[in-house]
Amino acid sequence: MDNSKATDASLVRAYLKGNENSLSILINRHQHRIYSFIYSKVFDKDIAEDVFQDTFIKVINTLKRGKYNEEGKFLPWVMRIAHNLIIDHFRRNKRMPKFENNGDFNIFSVLSDGELNIETQIIKDQIECDVQELIKELPEDQLEVLTMRIYKDMSFKEISERTGVSINTALGRMRYALINLRKIIEKHNLILTN
Amino acid sequence: MGKLYTKSSKEEQLKHMNPKKETVQFLLNYSKALRIGEYQTMKFESLLN
Repeated sequence: MDNSKATDASLVRAYLKGNENSLSILINRHQHRIYSFIYSKVFDKDIAEDVFQDTFIKVINTLKRGKYNEEGKFLPWVMRIAHNLIIDHFRRNKRMPKFENNGDFNIFSVLSDGELNIETQIIKDQIECDVQELIKELPEDQLEVLTMRIYKDMSFKEISERTGVSINTALGRMRYALINLRKIIEKHNLILTN
Repeated sequence: MGKLYTKSSKEEQLKHMNPKKETVQFLLNYSKALRIGEYQTMKFESLLN
């Protein structure tokens, strides 16, 4: 008998009797419809390939376990399995959205782990150390306000209460402290950038 | 002759879509390797690859 013209039902029966070639004919006969159906839903060749493979693994398992009933037709049955697997795929993706790199744009170029690497950490430590030395050159009143604001994280209200000056004076001292600090940095020809 | 810069429609693309040969070959090999053993009411799968 010419197997290529056999009906799906007879090919399934032959496959169940151990004729592996029947499965090959069934896949070749329906691969285009099933694959393009999957692709039309997922719009990704790799995912379509995966779903197609999973669909036929399920088909093979069901057939070999003798659980296939011949009431329905083969193709609609396979399409239904594919359909269910597509739904599973979208459900999974909804729970865990996946970002795909597609060449033009790399997500890792905008995402960083926020941690400094060893080199930048060393530079940062060095800069902080230098700044601590530099601020010692500031006049006492400016140094006091700057230390309270930057290192003790106090508000200008708290600083004014602690030092007994008005908020505006504290703000002014902070401003002059920063201006003077810039001058000191320029005088020493320092580059304090990370 | 002028070049066409339009993409073919999705329906047109779908007309030529098939799974990779490797995928089909994998499935055929999987089918050949899969054996279902039965013991009383239980069924066991084994892949003889």
